[in-house]
Amino acid sequence: MGYPHQSHQRETPVLSKHFGDEGARTLDGWKSRGGYQALEKALGMAPADIVSVVKESGLRGRGGAGFPTGMKWSFMKPGDGKPHYLCCNADESEPGTFKDRELMRWTPHALVEGCAIGAYAIGAETAYIYIRGEFTEPLYWMNQAVKEAYAAGIIGRNAMGTGKRIDVHVHKGAGAYICGEETALMNSLEGRRGNPRIKPPFPAVSGVFGMPTTINNVETLIAVCPILMNGADWYKKMSLSNPKSTGTKLYSVCGNIERPGTYEVVMGFPFREFLYDLCGGPLAGRSFKAVIPGGVSVPIQTMEEAEASLMDYEGFVAQGSMLGSGGVIVIDDAQSMVAVIARIARFFAHESCSQCTQCREGTAWTTKILERIRDGQGTTEDLDTLLDIAEQMTGKTICVLSDSCATPVVSGIKKFGREFEALIQGRGVHHVIAAVA
Amino acid sequence: METSAAKMITLTIEGRQVTVPEGTTILEAAKQVGVLIPHYCYHPGLPVAGVCRMCLVDVEKAPKLAPSCATTVTEGQIVHVHNEKSLEARKGVLEMLLINHPLDCPICDQSGECELQDYTYQEGREDSRYREPKRFNPAEDFGGDVVYVPNRCILCTRCVRFMDDVAEDPVLNVSERGDRALIGKFEGKDLTHPWAANVVDLCPVGALLSKDFLNKARAWELDRTASICPNCTQGCNVIMETRENQLVRMRPRPNEYVNAFFMCDWGRLNYRWMNEKNRIELPMVRQGSTLVATSWEQAITAAAAVLKGKRAFVAASPMLSNEALFLLTQLMQGGAFRVVEGDEAPLPGVDDLALRRERAANVYGAEALGFTKTRDLLGGLGQGDVLVIAGEDLVGVDSAALARASQVIVIGPVLPEGVTNAAVVLPVANFAEEEGTVTNLRGRVQRFTQARQAPGETRPSWLVLGDLLGALGKQSAFFLPSDVFARLASSNKAFAGLSYDAIGFKGLPLATAEATGPKAPLAMGAA
Repeated sequence: MGYPHQSHQRETPVLSKHFGDEGARTLDGWKSRGGYQALEKALGMAPADIVSVVKESGLRGRGGAGFPTGMKWSFMKPGDGKPHYLCCNADESEPGTFKDRELMRWTPHALVEGCAIGAYAIGAETAYIYIRGEFTEPLYWMNQAVKEAYAAGIIGRNAMGTGKRIDVHVHKGAGAYICGEETALMNSLEGRRGNPRIKPPFPAVSGVFGMPTTINNVETLIAVCPILMNGADWYKKMSLSNPKSTGTKLYSVCGNIERPGTYEVVMGFPFREFLYDLCGGPLAGRSFKAVIPGGVSVPIQTMEEAEASLMDYEGFVAQGSMLGSGGVIVIDDAQSMVAVIARIARFFAHESCSQCTQCREGTAWTTKILERIRDGQGTTEDLDTLLDIAEQMTGKTICVLSDSCATPVVSGIKKFGREFEALIQGRGVHHVIAAVA
Repeated sequence: METSAAKMITLTIEGRQVTVPEGTTILEAAKQVGVLIPHYCYHPGLPVAGVCRMCLVDVEKAPKLAPSCATTVTEGQIVHVHNEKSLEARKGVLEMLLINHPLDCPICDQSGECELQDYTYQEGREDSRYREPKRFNPAEDFGGDVVYVPNRCILCTRCVRFMDDVAEDPVLNVSERGDRALIGKFEGKDLTHPWAANVVDLCPVGALLSKDFLNKARAWELDRTASICPNCTQGCNVIMETRENQLVRMRPRPNEYVNAFFMCDWGRLNYRWMNEKNRIELPMVRQGSTLVATSWEQAITAAAAVLKGKRAFVAASPMLSNEALFLLTQLMQGGAFRVVEGDEAPLPGVDDLALRRERAANVYGAEALGFTKTRDLLGGLGQGDVLVIAGEDLVGVDSAALARASQVIVIGPVLPEGVTNAAVVLPVANFAEEEGTVTNLRGRVQRFTQARQAPGETRPSWLVLGDLLGALGKQSAFFLPSDVFARLASSNKAFAGLSYDAIGFKGLPLATAEATGPKAPLAMGAA
């Protein structure tokens, strides 16, 4: 990692190589570290060949869903006579996730380069970087990088002197989690209320301004650069386990753990060693109780599940959760799971766009019940009601925000039901809301 | 809407096979086989939102329940609307919609015509599991005729979409998010668009209410009559609603050839004149200096005696039916009418729909039947003519011209202004009190029916005029307005081929209206 502390020897810093290295932020610094060679190479290739390399590398979307990037790019039909758009989803708002923030803070030119390659590969002349509104520092660095890249002719009307046009625009969000949902992001970018759109039509058919659009995460686009430089095989081989999960992945670690921060390890890295060795294990005198491995939208893991997990798309699924965004939240024995889950639900209730009935009402209702249980006012029917509401909130709405709220509730009750029951039966200690470290 | 080029798709909905054009939604296809898929946010006159999640249906082989308003049909699809899975989802939505709802049906205007009530009674839970405090927001005056009660709102956004995409005057929005969301008004804007009150009809619950109708009647006390709005030449199809014989509300009745699903605020709120109190209730004849009440037989005989052998000039109202105007032409040598005018106010999202400049129902019928449209109503009255004032109140007409008439016969609901020497007065029904047809500005002939009872011994205009023609020996009696229309259709080329049965409740264009009258349904907004 490199920032705020030294990279651990078992990490594989590919994208995070320059974290903490202030020199990498400027154009000259970035070039002297090998920057923009991938773009130069890409512009000399046919777009279809770039797509094949990315397909071959096995790169999958790093925003959470894990959709194969090369396949996503191949949905963009060349020569359809319509303008194509690339959107970079830099609206990183999933609680516990801050890897894109670090990527943009330390290596803004890597994202400009990734966007330019992506845009060229899908036949787009315009790429939008949609940055979370609260990300003031990353926004500053991204604006600087885009300005420098334009001034140097790397992007613009005549990108790197090849006669190809690639424009990159940085767009600042206004502070809504839901705008990280790809269709809500497009609405927001167009100046509309950030409500998710009904799919179909999918973005590749009708996206930003009704035109074919591809949306990729920051980490995904940046990962394309080393893939182009070193080849698909190099990337594929960086996996300790499943061939469907390739390359490296950034994890942002927070919660009750000795060394929180951003880490980069290869796919299939053992989660147990990651938590205890790389991240330094629990705080003194404490022990781990649960882990949320991929941002608060994914199911909560017990320590048994976490310690048996391999860190890749399939490995976390096999242990009752998902890789998600790689936002690892560690919860120790001093925390009340009910309080943690109530806090998560409150987040979703606050961020629901309010379109779909089940989400608008369900997230708020869930929160109220959980907070009541947390405060010692729960009843025995509450758990059944919670599970039933969660069922109504799953798979029935336009986007998955509603499902994301239901997921930690269901997994929490299933795996930590005794804590709920204890509070309901008056045996639990009323939780004092602790500031999560 | 079917075109021969459209590919047809066959699917099964609730065990019933249906074939519809490609691109039809499951919800619309289901309607065709008599299956109503419960829904809130969907409205055929608005763009699809797909947000209420009430219309989720179980499509075999699909991984998730599908929103039937936003899912188009595919060949061989098997759709279940009323199976366990779909029903459970709807129950869930209904319970969620009610958790913050005040359940104040006893004091809510929408009660009795509320889709939230209907579906909850039909298939909702008996009780609620909600034990928490409810969200509260105060009611807000939205301007125009509309008041907003946010606590009852289910955020279906029909009102927002109507203002954005049909009225094309963005006034409303969804403000806030999560369960704090409510319908908001952009700063400095009000629902003053001339078509804004349609949001009240569109609202499936009691969140948007008409100030005019507020607390006036319970829905189940109302009698409803299919009719035509008499207030301009557009001829919007309406439902006239009466309570204890008083008109209390007019609402649009869908007709894709005339007004889609909408009517303008001016037409909607201009119904009180049909409840007018200053009515003539008995036929009267002149005896010396006074008018005295008499029987219908004697009054008709007296009127016939006045008309016999004289030149008659008719000052008619363009509110009269084709039937009454046609019968008037049988006894007149000259006839004219005038029409009140105002500003035209179109509804941008629907083709050829506007509050028209000419504010009367049958301007085009009157012209087609040979009446002259004029600003000088009595200009054509010759010296010594018998003046027949039919439905005209003569308000603002220079009464000096009346002196040219040898005699005056009044056929109308009220005594005209300035007429002091009428020989005979025959009280007839107003627009809401009789049956007939009117012709709109595109030459579409549309039927209206009786919504309220006329006062006293008032009779329908077609009946009175038929009897009068009979007394003049020109005509045998008519028993029904459809008989009058049949006579009109057989004697006037423009009306040839039309009959009450054929016209039905959607209307038909005049034979001569082919060049201008729409044959295809109106193109709807940005759907």
